[in-house]
Parts: sequence; structure tokens; C-alpha cells
Amino acid sequence: MKVLEVKDLTVQSGDGSKVVSSVSFSVEPGERLGLIGESGSGKSMTALAVMGLLPAELKASGGLLLGTGKDAPRQIIGAAEKDLNEIRGRVASIVFQEPLTALDPLMKIGRQLSEPLRRWKGLKGEGLQKAIISALAEVSINKPERIAASYPYEISGGERQRAAIAMALACEPSLLIADEPTTALDVTVQAEILALLDTVVSKRGMSLLFISHDLAVVSRITDHVLVMKDGSVVESGSLTDILRSPQHPYTRDLVASAKELDNALAIAKNSGGI
Amino acid sequence: MTRKRRHSLPLIVGGTLVGFIALMALISIFWTPYSIQDMTGGRLGPLSSHHWLGTDKLGRDLLSRVMIGARIAIAVGFGSVLIGAILGVILGLVAGFAQRWVDESFSAMFDILIAFPTLLLAMLIVAARGASLTSAIIAIGIGMSAIVARLTRLLVKRVLAKDFITASRASGTSWARIIFIHILPNIWTTLIVTFALQFGFAGLTEASLSYLGLGAPPPNASWGSLLQEAQATVLTSPVAAIAPGVLLVCLVIGMNLVADGLRDVADPTLRRSR
Ligand SMILES: Nc1ncnc2c1ncn2[C@@H]1O[C@H](COP(=O)(O)OP(=O)(O)O)[C@@H](O)[C@H]1O
Ligand SMILES: [Mg+2]
Repeated sequence: MKVLEVKDLTVQSGDGSKVVSSVSFSVEPGERLGLIGESGSGKSMTALAVMGLLPAELKASGGLLLGTGKDAPRQIIGAAEKDLNEIRGRVASIVFQEPLTALDPLMKIGRQLSEPLRRWKGLKGEGLQKAIISALAEVSINKPERIAASYPYEISGGERQRAAIAMALACEPSLLIADEPTTALDVTVQAEILALLDTVVSKRGMSLLFISHDLAVVSRITDHVLVMKDGSVVESGSLTDILRSPQHPYTRDLVASAKELDNALAIAKNSGGI
Repeated sequence: MTRKRRHSLPLIVGGTLVGFIALMALISIFWTPYSIQDMTGGRLGPLSSHHWLGTDKLGRDLLSRVMIGARIAIAVGFGSVLIGAILGVILGLVAGFAQRWVDESFSAMFDILIAFPTLLLAMLIVAARGASLTSAIIAIGIGMSAIVARLTRLLVKRVLAKDFITASRASGTSWARIIFIHILPNIWTTLIVTFALQFGFAGLTEASLSYLGLGAPPPNASWGSLLQEAQATVLTSPVAAIAPGVLLVCLVIGMNLVADGLRDVADPTLRRSR
């Protein structure tokens, strides 16, 4: 049974313009899918629609089924907030682009992480503390005790994104959505976060929907991709096929510029520039 | 980055001014130099060792009356801020969450209530339930609630637009819990500053109501009634007008300074640069 099934998803704004139009795709248990497209192509709105978290001025229509892969999937569009809260975090969860704004500035990391742990696992006191520390350790945070006792502004960007990932993983979701999780980070930190996502997703056997505007980044973590442009999916398939023979002109541009960058990097490396 | 100043000068000066008035109010509960009914002091007596501030035209000790006035001013401050805060924060939260026309209706209601003179509101309330300290407190509190509500609405909307709210919802946190763990903690410092400011203004408003005979009835004279009584004899015995006048100014300026100081000390953006 599928973890996520999106059928003809359309997201419209108040004035009737389509931000996402007739997007269909599905994610199997353990599958990794990349969603790629330029800025403003509707990737984030697709992700938010899956979580039932679209801004109030946007309306979704079509089919959006989300499930653990074991029990019957549930329709997200039109579902009550109370029902959605049972799915969010447990069935699917999301990591955002900018970890600084995705964490409450006035709450210590440990306290923020304790919320989902307490709610879903019913942990308290000592047990809760242990769970917080081990959740932070799982995302390769070196001094979990120190990070747990810190405010978001007191730790580095990489540590913040790790903490945000720990929060997303807290309730053991079947599907992790990562919406440009490395875009706001330095290149070296980017690589670490990608490696971390790769490891935890494999270890837990989760499905992954990885969103990025950068084909090079997506190619490091997924093997199937959807290409979005202006709210529609223009191409989909395995990464190797798309790299080898892109069909849509937009995809061709993407592949060409990614290769250019690759070449430039290779040249820079050989000449000792990097 | 500037260091956080633990004790800001405005807070110290303002706190001293208000503290002095609060101390007078506190002492007056247990002890005043003379009873408020005591008219043995001789009419319009001068400043003396028996009557530090002299006596009024009925022979009552002015210091005792000013002390009772301080008690009334503080009571009005607490009472009206309590009403204004509870009513204002609840209304502001509802309006902050509301969308489109519901939101606009709330905003219009706040604007009308803010534009509505507190004096007129007080007259209506006095007409309904008679002139008393409670009537004055209710009128001032209701007038204040509109100011608090408008600010709360704005603050709530600003916090709701933050990513960390979406992130918290994405992990399944209910709206009720989000209000308590994210929204209120992120807005209360700004609200506290406003409460402090309004506390001072409440004393001023009560004085004008009392001046017009819409406040606490005799013999429990507030500073406003003292000013009104002193008016006729201001040239012969100016202290009767100066004493309550100066204290009123001290209260308003003191609370303004306290508000400024709180802003410096509690501002989360300053705290961040610790
Ligand atoms: N709250 C909103 N109301 C109306 N339109 C919006 C809103 N948020 C985003 N959009 C529009 O939706 C489109 C897709 O945005 P988004 O999904 O964030 O793009 P991406 O994540 O691919 O960069 C953009 O054109 C953007 O202007
Ligand atoms: Mg985006």
C-alpha cells in the first residue's frame, strides 16, 4: 500500500490563479522521490498541501491520500484539523528550508523537542529527558545535553537543522518531506545534512520526498524525480533516464546547467582552485 | 553587540517613583496620620508638624487624603489593567486568528471603541450602576481593552505568519497548545510594556473622571477630586492642588519609565544579543 498518493492536486489562490495544477504522483513505503523545479514552481505548496498546512488564502482540490503503508490511507483535503493532527508528525512530517525561523526563538531546543515526544509517546520526567538526548544523538549532534539546553540562536545553522530534523523524526513518521533542507546552509554543512538524511531514512526504512531547486543536490539522495514548472509536473522518471535524455526543454536546461556546474567544479578541482 | 543591561536607568527611576506611590498606598491601608472623617485640623491650615501638607477647607489632614488617593490610583491601575488585559487579550487572540470579514469586523470594532471617549463610556456606566470606584475601573478597563485587543491582534498575526508555527503544527500540535506554548510567550513582553503604560494612564483617566464627579464618591477622595476641591482656593493654599497634581504626574511618568525599562530588559531581540 502506498504511503502517499497525490491525484490531480490543484492549489488555487483566492483570485483563482493556480499555484499547483493537476499534479499526480505517489510514494511507496521506503521509496525516495525528488521534487525539483525553479523557485516559485509550487514545490513548497505541494508539500504543505500534503501536510494539510496550506495558508488560509490557498485552497487545495483533488486527491491526497496519506497512510503509514500498513493501515488504510486517509484523505487530507477537507479533513478536520483534529484528524490532521493525528497524522501530522506520525504519518508524515516535514523539515523546512530555514531552520532558524522554523524553531521558536524563545524556546530551548530540548523543550521544543519534548513536545512531540511527550504527546505521542506519553513520556515524562526522566524518560522524556533520555528520549530528547537520544533523539538529538540520532541526528549526530555532538553534545546533545548542551544543545538541548540552548536557544536556537545560540547554536550553529547546521546544529539547528539537525535539531529540526530530530523534531521531524520524533514521532517516527512513515514519510519525511524535506523542503530544501540544505538551501540555507554552507556547502560543507549541506553535505553533512544530506549524508545524515540518507542515513536516517535508510535506517528507519522511511519514505522520503526531497524537494530542491538543485538537480545536483537531489541526485545525491534520490533516484526518482519529478520536475515541476509553473505549478505542473513537466517530467518524471528515474534520475539516470532524466540525466541521460531529458525530454522537456526545461529539464534539458536544468541538466545542462548542472553538468556545466559539475564541469566547472571538476576543472576548479584539477587546477587546485577548490 | 551590546550587552544586556540588567538594570536600566528608566526602570530604576520609574520604579522608585511608582514604588513611592505604592508604598503610600500600602501604608494608608493600615495607617493614616488622621482619620478621613477627622475635621479638627482647622480650615485651610498651613503646613505644620501636625499636618505636613496642611488641611483642606473642611479641616481634614491633606496628607491622609493624598495617601488614600494613592491607594485609589493604584487600585484603579490594577483593576482596569486586569479587565483590559483579560478582555483585550482574548478579543485580540480571536481577531488574530480570524480571516477576512470576521477579522475586519473585529478591527472596526476595536477602532470604534478606541475612538469612543472613555469619559462618555464612564458616564454611561455611571448612569447604569451609579458613581463608584468600581464603575470607574470598569469604564477605564473596557476602554483599555480595545487598545490591548488591537495590539494583541497585530502581534498574534505576526507570530502566526512565522515558520515555527507551521513547523509546530506539522508535528501535530493543536491550536490550543500552540497558543500557550508559542503565541503567548512570543507576545507577552510587548503586552507587559503596554500594560505598564496603561497602568499610569488609568490613574490619569480616573483623576479626570473624579474631577468631574464620576469617580469614587466622598469621603474616599481620589487625586482628581482633591484637585477639583482645591481649585477654588488654589491661590491661597496651593499645596492642596500641587500635592495630588505632582503625585499624578509622578505616577504617569513613573509608569512610562517602567514601560521603557521593561522594553529594554525584556525585548527578545535584545536578549538575543546577550
Ligand atoms: N499565501 C500565498 N498566497 C498566494 N500565493 C502564494 C502564497 N504563497 C505562495 N504563493 C505562490 O505560490 C507559488 C508557488 O510557491 P512555492 O510553492 O513556495 O514555490 P517553490 O517552493 O517551488 O519555490 C508562487 O508563485 C507564490 O507566489
Ligand atoms: Mg519553496
